[in-house]
Amino acid sequence: MPFGILYDATMCIGCKQCEQGCATENGLPYDQTVAEQNVTSAYKYTTVLTKDDKFMRKLCMNCEDPACASVCPVGALKKTSLGPVTYDKHKCMGCRYCMAACPFSVPKYQWDKAVPGVRKCIMCAPRVARGKPTACAEVCPTGATKFGDREELLKEARKRIQDNPGTYLPHIYGETEVGGTSVFLLSSVDFLQFGYREDLTQRALPMYTYQVLSRIPDFVPLFGVMLGGVYWITHRREEVAEAEAQEKHTDTKGGAQ
Amino acid sequence: MSPMKFRFTFWKAIFAVIMVAGAYATYVRFRYGLGASTHLSDQFPWGIWIGFDVMCGVMLAAGGFTLTAAVEIFNIKRWHSIMRPTILTAFMGYLLVCAALMYDLGLPWNIWHPIIMRNPHSVMFEVAYCVMLYTTVLALEFSPIVFERLGWTWALKAVRSVMLVFVILGVILSTLHQSSLGTLYMIMPNKLHPFWYSPLLPVFFYISSIAVGLAMIIFESSMSSKYFGRELELPILRDLGRVLIVVLTIYGILKFEDFYHRGVLHDIYVSSYEQRFFLLEIFLSVLVPLALLSFRKVRDSAQGLYLAAVICLLGFVTNRLNVTITGVENAVGGRYSPKWTEVVITAMFVALGFAIFGLAARYLPIFPEEKAHAHTLPKLEGVRAEIPVPVHAGD
Repeated sequence: MPFGILYDATMCIGCKQCEQGCATENGLPYDQTVAEQNVTSAYKYTTVLTKDDKFMRKLCMNCEDPACASVCPVGALKKTSLGPVTYDKHKCMGCRYCMAACPFSVPKYQWDKAVPGVRKCIMCAPRVARGKPTACAEVCPTGATKFGDREELLKEARKRIQDNPGTYLPHIYGETEVGGTSVFLLSSVDFLQFGYREDLTQRALPMYTYQVLSRIPDFVPLFGVMLGGVYWITHRREEVAEAEAQEKHTDTKGGAQ
Repeated sequence: MSPMKFRFTFWKAIFAVIMVAGAYATYVRFRYGLGASTHLSDQFPWGIWIGFDVMCGVMLAAGGFTLTAAVEIFNIKRWHSIMRPTILTAFMGYLLVCAALMYDLGLPWNIWHPIIMRNPHSVMFEVAYCVMLYTTVLALEFSPIVFERLGWTWALKAVRSVMLVFVILGVILSTLHQSSLGTLYMIMPNKLHPFWYSPLLPVFFYISSIAVGLAMIIFESSMSSKYFGRELELPILRDLGRVLIVVLTIYGILKFEDFYHRGVLHDIYVSSYEQRFFLLEIFLSVLVPLALLSFRKVRDSAQGLYLAAVICLLGFVTNRLNVTITGVENAVGGRYSPKWTEVVITAMFVALGFAIFGLAARYLPIFPEEKAHAHTLPKLEGVRAEIPVPVHAGD
């Protein structure tokens, strides 16, 4: 059963408990300086953005069909059946294609290390596997961040919008973006002002490359035979021309015809 | 003789400076990591080590497969005498790309991982395999030169007996990964600017690699004649110039059609950051070389061909940098320019390329001095001159 996270910005009070809970769970330092950083990094996997009296969380969307996992040449990033998109640092070779490919620019790099790795929110995969909610959802005092069954959360998000059309924008961010994600966002104000693009494709991104890659097995034998055929023709032509020249030579010599 | 010698030592001095700076940059890179040695960031995970060293490196080595296809498969015999320097350029190019990749990868000692940890859905995985296999193929295509130098006739015979298979394999592998470098960006429809994001991206990368392959052969032959006192193969370069016209025209028309059908033609007239870089690219890569080559005087002269080839090369280098850097800057919200260490490492690989080529040209039988010996099909010689050869079949 795939799980998910529903973040309802209208219920958020900007207390940043989720940031602290996330840092503790992942063994990252958390103090006043870290709390003031409003961008995620290899050392801060989630952040609460503030704009006037509105809030919005940034975290990995844990896409249903993630671009990062599809582009990883060694399969270090994986979409698990429970929902989280996980990372195996022992497989990674550091090409950083995941960072380039992510439509939300979520994966971050340990630029300051001589032996670096990719870092991002992995939806608390070890906790989820033990049947526990994510750290951010567990510590949230208002229930703005809610962990649960993905389909149930989607239903609840729809119901909240339906019941309070004046409060919410009629948009569950993550329902259709890049083919759907495991994290849903609800807001009363434009998502774009928090950096969430509204013009993202609704197709799963891996399909864009798969439609090209999947042709390769068909292409190779055809192209190979074609090249072999061209070789045959061009060289055969030469043989024929040579034989004809030879014939002509003997003809003129023998004086026949 | 003396001005020749002076020039040589001058270049040697430049080379030494670049190598010393490169050695220091190498130390910074591996001792302190990518953050200390580059201007890369979470916004810009890829810089010029990918944009130039890898993307352009692979592209500039495309002469190898272009010429082997033309000579060995399409049987254009009169181009045979430039095969060896071209294969040398390609082989060296791929080795340098692999070396440069070791700098860019965060964990370079894991570079072998794709061999056993396979993700066939990843374009990068496909590129990794193709580059690995094609570098091996190039080593085999290059090996007769070494065997000849060593006088190992048995090895020469063995390699030549299977050469056709490797030639075909090499063309297939090149076709796959040259285009796949474009496919890498297909997953970024919302990141890469519409000037460059197109469903035809792999096709553009492939066709442009052929154009660059041809231009690179003209460039490399001109340099060889200038610095190694080689006689210029002008008749061959004239042929290549004509094929280049056809390839560039196909590329230009396809580019126009692509822009037209995706409805971005109008954006070319609207002033923007991307527009300026795009215009620079399209003028250098297609329009100026085509304009130059349209004059008979230019395409028949050594200097004219050289000029057109160099401009074309600069244009397609601009194209690759536009795709990797310019095209994504607005989407990620920021600007990237390389740190001095990045520039030095890149300069080091370019300098190494020239140096290795020079050394190989001196110690290996790269330039056939006597009559051209067709090493694949030695049975046909001399008499073949009057047979019409399909010159344009190669593109």
